[in-house]
Amino acid sequence: MSAVAERRPDAEPESVHRLTEHWGEAPTLRSWFSTVDHKRIGRRYLVTAAVFFTLAGISALALRAQLARPEARLLSPQEYNQLFTMHGTAMIFLFATPMLFGFGNFLLPLMLGSRDMAFPRLNAFGYWVFLFAGVVMWASLPAGAAPNGGWFAYVPLTEREHTPGAHLDVYTLGLLFLGISTTAGAINFIVTALKLRAPGMSLNRVPLFVWAMVATSFMVLFALPALNLANALLFLDRRFGTHFYDPGAGGSVLLWQHLFWIFGHPDVYIIVLPALGIVSAIVPTFSRRGIAAYPLVVLSLVAIAIISFGVWVHHMFATGLPQLSLSFFSAASTVITIPSGIQMFAWLATMLLGRVVLRVPLLFVIGFIVTFVIGGVTGAMFAITAFDRQVTDSYFVVAHFHYVLFGGAVFPILAGLYYWLPKFTGRLFSERLARWAFWLILVGMNVTFFPMHLSGLLGMPRRVYTYPAGLDWDPWMALSTVGSYLLAVGLLLVLVGIGHALRRGPVAPADPWGGDTLEWTTASPPRPYNFAVVPEVFSLHPGWDERTRASIADGATGERILADGRRTPLTSELDGRYERPAEMPEQSVRPLLAAVGLLVAVVALLFGWYPVAGAGALLLAVTLAAWLWPALPGATEARVAR
Amino acid sequence: MRRGSGKSPQRRLALPIAAVALLALAGCAGDAPSTLNPAGYGARRVEGLWWLLFWISVAVFVEVMALLAWALLRRRGPRTRVRHGDPTRFVAVAGAGLPLVLLVTVYGFGLRDLAALGDQPDQPAVTVEVTGHKWWWEVRYAGSAGATANELHVPVGEPVRVRLRTADVLHSFWVPQLMPKTDLIAGRVNETWLRAEKPGRYRGQCAEYCGLQHAHMALQVVAEPRGDFDAWLARLSSDAPAPRTEAERRGLTVFERSACAACHTVRGTSANGTAGPELTTVGSRWSLGAGTLPNDRGHLGGWIVDAQNSKPGNAMPPQPVPAADLPDLIDFLQSLK
Amino acid sequence: MTEALIASPDGGATGPAALATELPRGRSPGWWGMLLFVTTEATLFAVLLGSYFYLRFQAAAQWPPPRTGPPELTLPLVMTALLLPSSLPVIWAEHGIRRGQRWRLRLGLALTLLLGLAFVGLLLMEYDEKLASLTVTTDTYGSLFYVVTGFHGLHVTVGLLMLAWLLAASTGGRLDARRHEPVRLVAMYWHFVGAVWVAVLFTVYLSPRL
Repeated sequence: MSAVAERRPDAEPESVHRLTEHWGEAPTLRSWFSTVDHKRIGRRYLVTAAVFFTLAGISALALRAQLARPEARLLSPQEYNQLFTMHGTAMIFLFATPMLFGFGNFLLPLMLGSRDMAFPRLNAFGYWVFLFAGVVMWASLPAGAAPNGGWFAYVPLTEREHTPGAHLDVYTLGLLFLGISTTAGAINFIVTALKLRAPGMSLNRVPLFVWAMVATSFMVLFALPALNLANALLFLDRRFGTHFYDPGAGGSVLLWQHLFWIFGHPDVYIIVLPALGIVSAIVPTFSRRGIAAYPLVVLSLVAIAIISFGVWVHHMFATGLPQLSLSFFSAASTVITIPSGIQMFAWLATMLLGRVVLRVPLLFVIGFIVTFVIGGVTGAMFAITAFDRQVTDSYFVVAHFHYVLFGGAVFPILAGLYYWLPKFTGRLFSERLARWAFWLILVGMNVTFFPMHLSGLLGMPRRVYTYPAGLDWDPWMALSTVGSYLLAVGLLLVLVGIGHALRRGPVAPADPWGGDTLEWTTASPPRPYNFAVVPEVFSLHPGWDERTRASIADGATGERILADGRRTPLTSELDGRYERPAEMPEQSVRPLLAAVGLLVAVVALLFGWYPVAGAGALLLAVTLAAWLWPALPGATEARVAR
Repeated sequence: MRRGSGKSPQRRLALPIAAVALLALAGCAGDAPSTLNPAGYGARRVEGLWWLLFWISVAVFVEVMALLAWALLRRRGPRTRVRHGDPTRFVAVAGAGLPLVLLVTVYGFGLRDLAALGDQPDQPAVTVEVTGHKWWWEVRYAGSAGATANELHVPVGEPVRVRLRTADVLHSFWVPQLMPKTDLIAGRVNETWLRAEKPGRYRGQCAEYCGLQHAHMALQVVAEPRGDFDAWLARLSSDAPAPRTEAERRGLTVFERSACAACHTVRGTSANGTAGPELTTVGSRWSLGAGTLPNDRGHLGGWIVDAQNSKPGNAMPPQPVPAADLPDLIDFLQSLK
Repeated sequence: MTEALIASPDGGATGPAALATELPRGRSPGWWGMLLFVTTEATLFAVLLGSYFYLRFQAAAQWPPPRTGPPELTLPLVMTALLLPSSLPVIWAEHGIRRGQRWRLRLGLALTLLLGLAFVGLLLMEYDEKLASLTVTTDTYGSLFYVVTGFHGLHVTVGLLMLAWLLAASTGGRLDARRHEPVRLVAMYWHFVGAVWVAVLFTVYLSPRL
């Protein structure tokens, strides 16, 4: 199989030489700042998100140490409240979504048979903004000014009157800043999937991971505005004395909760859908057959994306809303478990009909199935209003959403990391080490979070920095702490394994697993231009399809080689018909400059230096103007797509 | 490794079984404010619902694990033949059909219990006005002049209406053994109701994160026979008893002349501050600082001298009470029953 | 294949493949990108105006508060008369550049720019008048009034910057009959800003009188 990929460079040295000339990037410092290569950007997203994950994880270990026994004084309440807020905020905003966007960035063009994302410079800009937003938010922690209102920052606690200081300004501005990156990424994913698919890849041949990224991106576009608005209004309330959330002057504190959860519930699926997409990519490879019920899986992704906008009130069941609205939102919240059920049984059916090959990525998928089912059934419990009101805001809900987010996102992310590590790095990893990591993580995760169901049922509220002895909570809290350190060792082993692979790992072939999607038909790691010949797609499983493989090897026409310039084909939205080649932009430092402009503006707003903020905005505007400046006709430099 | 991982799904089936054992254990254990050891109408309804949800969950978990185990045990090895058919119908029935039936059933039961919880009694025996403060509960009774803190007394077997409001940020009123939680929302008055079915003392705690000392905002509901309750309420409504000993008298003087009186009320004395909880019945309460410390002599002295030590950030500054006066002050406060 | 190989890299713009690059076949990535950007922006306005109505209807008292009274209509209607028709010159300009008529592009853009500037000027005039009795800190109504109209005004300003940028970029033959996608994209944004104004007008100025 991989022989095809290796033979290619000799077959057409001339066009490959020119592709390298157009797409290659010199390993200079300047190119490090100016790259627009989706693979480099994707890897950066992965590494940066992993660093934020580590910081948020260390925060959690500190929290667990404090909670290991009653009345502990390891952390002050100020420290505890900042740490738990940063743990949640960073895991959701700075780890989960960016990590999955990293997978999307690296994989989408490869899976689609394209040479880059639709807007490569926007992509670079998005990464820099994400990096800066994360650094600003984390930098507030050592300064003792980190957000401390919980990850959903309910007013009026988060108003200036109750929380003076920078804490919540870091939160609102940081998330607004980050939102720019997320929105840019979402638009980029959708347009890439719509216009940059390889010829022949009609919608019914699009890999499920791509569908998942597209569904997630649409959710971002419709959900994120609510969060952005909520944060903007809170910032105005805090800084300029407006009264949006002030009931004394006609405002409403529930407005925050509505806005936050109109974003917040879809956000759970914004995180989980791409992770489910990773699972749908891995299961067929290790079952040696295509995914079962592909149309149903696509349908369920779309259904989740839509229904998730109708369930936000189940986060507010205890706020005293009218019964009728409670029943409606309870019903919607019940229904949304069904699309997840469909996917679960599609994976099971695929395995039951195929031949299961238990390699490391599949092992982590199994860890996902076991934990996600538990998170799923407790999730259905929360849809039932009466039960929800008993256990919401208790440790039971902490257990539930860690089963959903650790089970539903972190396990698939780890599965995906191992699955695509050869593609990301060009190296194979030690499966022995990875299996050790898997068992430690699985056991550690369950020992950490399962007892929290019990502490919650035993009446322990969440977000308490300490608790009295003698309420039967102590043993479960202690057990959780033991589990969390076990889990940490497991995660450390993952890191060690990746480090080991990078330094000592054997060189990876193009297709180490026998995968069915297009990324396995090109080198590991792919050349800067991804494909010397853009493939023509004949089925849902191009990697297993002789015709598609043959289309890469020989008989390619000029419109699929496109070696004179940075070019990739544009195809029609629905049936993937070839339209015309697109000129792709070259590397540029302008995305970085624009992000710096934004950074200056955000930091200046944080400190109240408004003229400086204006200067930052000016830098942004001038950079954008230059960035998008149309080229003179005949200029060799390709016109920027955006 | 391979054989071990093949067995693992079966081993994991032990998990729900162990969980049942643990939960049964947890439900019976004594001191936890456990939702599984209900003593009130609402909590009992929800406990019934929980076991229904629990067993359905176990069934779903077992089903998925069984299929997974089958795949891992019987669909591996070089002799397994891959089948290429598309099992759309299986996926639709097992993934959507069956869950739909289960969910509709559960939703029906849930709706019934929701209605039951929301069914406010027309004629509550008692109406309690609870106001959340950072970080304590102010408790008043309709028709009574007095106020207490962090402690509700209710008559056993009778419906009690609880009207909830907050003086500052959001809080949530939760007594797990009696009733699911209801939030205290700034700018609104929320209502819930409870009916204790057994006499006893039930711990409750703020369940909505409310800042620095969210951890120390507990309360206790004392469910007692009607006669005891009436006596208690009568006591709450009257002035503090006059000091009986010399020490108590001196303590009262200290109280009235020091900063104490600026923030606290003791009815029947000149102390009428309103920033902190009313102390007219402080001697009889279950705790200090909303569950922070037990209410005894030693802790009371420590609390007065430096309440910031055990509950950092609370509104009460350290009090420079002369060492000679402190025992008298404690005597006085403990006499307020 | 042969055609593409004949066209040398440097002569790309004149080669047959390059010609194909600019011919408007199908929707371009830029078009989709702008459409999605406008969609998410429209969602933001929808949520903002939704919040306006949420706060209005949960406020038990008279809306707007009695001391403020309902907003004057004359100025906003004049502003509407400026902003909505300002989309026409952009359309005219876009049609012009498709035929290679750069004068139409420049004239149309300039006209729209003037109308937009007048709109912002009138908005500032209204603020100047109103600030004496109502500010963002007066009450929730004041906060909503200025933030809703101000946020829209900010979008108009960004639109004006884009128009000005386009006008500047139309020099030196950068935009012609074959290369005019920026015109199309800026026009989309400007139409969006106008459409949102209709919703703002209804919410802020008309609905309190209903």
